[in-house]
Amino acid sequence: MVFRIRHRKDFFAGLIFIVVGALALLIGREYSLGTATRMGPGYFPAMLGWLLVILGGTIFLRSLWFDGPNVGHVGYRPLVLILVAMLAFAVLLETAGLVVALIALISIAGFASSETRLRETMPLLAVLIAVALGLFVYGLGLPLKIWPAP
Amino acid sequence: MDLLANLSLGFAVAFTLKNLAYCFVGVTLGTLIGVLPGIGPVATIAMLLPITFNLPPESALIMLAGIYYGAQYGGSTSAILVNIPGEASSVVTAMEGYQMARQGRAGAALSIAAIGSFFAGCVGTLLIAAFAPPLAELAFKFGPPERCSLYVLGLVAAVVLAHGSLIKALAMIALGLLLGIIGTDVTSGTQRYTFGISNLSDGIGFAVVAMGMFGIAEVIRSLENVTKREVFTSNISRLWPSKEDFRGSWKAILRGTALGSLLGILPGGGAVLGSFASYTMEKRLAGARSNFGNGAIQGVAGPEAANNAAAQTSFIPMLTLGIPSNPVMALMVGAMIIQGVQPGPQVMTQRPELFWGMIASMWVGNVLLVLLNLPLIGIWVRLLRVPYRLLYPSILMFCCIGVYSLNNNVMDVSLAALFGLIGYVFLKLDCEPAPLLLAFVLGPLMEEELRRSVNTARGDWSVFVSRPLSLGLLLVAAALLLMIILPNVRRKREEAFQE
Repeated sequence: MVFRIRHRKDFFAGLIFIVVGALALLIGREYSLGTATRMGPGYFPAMLGWLLVILGGTIFLRSLWFDGPNVGHVGYRPLVLILVAMLAFAVLLETAGLVVALIALISIAGFASSETRLRETMPLLAVLIAVALGLFVYGLGLPLKIWPAP
Repeated sequence: MDLLANLSLGFAVAFTLKNLAYCFVGVTLGTLIGVLPGIGPVATIAMLLPITFNLPPESALIMLAGIYYGAQYGGSTSAILVNIPGEASSVVTAMEGYQMARQGRAGAALSIAAIGSFFAGCVGTLLIAAFAPPLAELAFKFGPPERCSLYVLGLVAAVVLAHGSLIKALAMIALGLLLGIIGTDVTSGTQRYTFGISNLSDGIGFAVVAMGMFGIAEVIRSLENVTKREVFTSNISRLWPSKEDFRGSWKAILRGTALGSLLGILPGGGAVLGSFASYTMEKRLAGARSNFGNGAIQGVAGPEAANNAAAQTSFIPMLTLGIPSNPVMALMVGAMIIQGVQPGPQVMTQRPELFWGMIASMWVGNVLLVLLNLPLIGIWVRLLRVPYRLLYPSILMFCCIGVYSLNNNVMDVSLAALFGLIGYVFLKLDCEPAPLLLAFVLGPLMEEELRRSVNTARGDWSVFVSRPLSLGLLLVAAALLLMIILPNVRRKREEAFQE
């Protein structure tokens, strides 16, 4: 008998839950379960791991049985660009300072929307850098590095 | 009378110049993010947490609370004028309110929404003042098994909050509890699921999870569907509603307040549930001959009163029992822990100025909100004209700097991006992020109480059912689960969320 995926959303959701649950159980094997009277650090994770595998398994099996909607349109462009912009910010903040990190964040993120206009992004960038410096650095006194170290 | 003495203590705290200022900042910010679609109170509160480190606890909580109920006011503005609910709780307001705006009655809709919200807010504040002390009294009788059962009840109730599949919501809870385990085990010192990364040994910050799943994921989703906005601004000729408007809406306001207050107190409830329930009720009561769907003022008055009442009363379980009923309350619990205040019944006795000051500030905040929203409506309307392409870079900037300054750690920014990805995937798969965040916050507390209960009972798991209070809480949880599974309740629930 050949199974068909009828509910793609649940199929993938179930799969994710099973994998995470199984990983939790696998990694959690190193933690002691403890004794009957004294619960060890491995007890609660093991409980949850099994729970997740069981729930995920049920969701997975049901997705082969009942019809449901497809996952639908995935916006890869905003997804990838927003995440890359944040990672660039994370990498640059402590090495190149806040100003450079913000320029990277906002210019990369700008490509995530097809409506972004260069003549708007430049002034926006200037305003946001000014706000960040004024509010976070001078106003709240957060210890942020502003410029690249000489 | 105790209540009066307590309230006057509260007002003394709330009326200090500093706290008034923080309350004002909170409700203004709340209105702002409420008006703007694409950013909600969860992400905002998460962003502001680092700023509250240096404030005294009462000022911090007053400001954060203001953001939450302020967002309920602001959310209605964009719902009525643009047909885009600024907040999930104003989805139903958009249905009737936007129709009213198209007929040139935007002013009346906005005013009724504000008046209803204000009335409901006042009632909600009074209810907290009246009901919190007896509930806290009860909570003092709780031992570890009762607290553990209470967390189970709170989490099960949170499933009601998740519209969609019950089993997926339960899986999200299990996942949230697991994520909460990451870090060093308090009892044994074992590093769990840290993958040898030293930054993870303190666990993942809940603000990182909240901002990733509610802030970043939302930005990504908003960017993939481009929507056109049509703002009805020229139509606000008169603000004050007519006599008929008042006559048509005062009963709806009363009903909405009652319904919202009730649903807000229940763990798992909150503003969203309140407004949906009230809309359904008003529609039923109005009958088939009503003009529902064509700008019925009851459909604005009821839900707006309900969401504000619920926003207020959802503080009750958090303040008295220490269990958050929705993601915003989960963040408030986190904010209290950061401030060194353990949420729970002892807050009221040990920190009365904090507890009553916060409650009094809610009333003050509601007054400020009416002043902010009605005469200054023009300013908020102008904000609606800011296109999303200018908005989202600003949201991203505040998120990134906010996450970084939690621990001055760039690793947190990368983690927030990771949770943005996870949140986006779950959004696509129709898995609600709210139960996950609640479970994430409650996870460590729950494990501690569970271990303490079983250890003191010498490994006997029957403690949870042999103690009457604990048994009662578990029975309520079981009844709730059963109720959602029952076919006709389930159908009703789906109906309510669909409308």
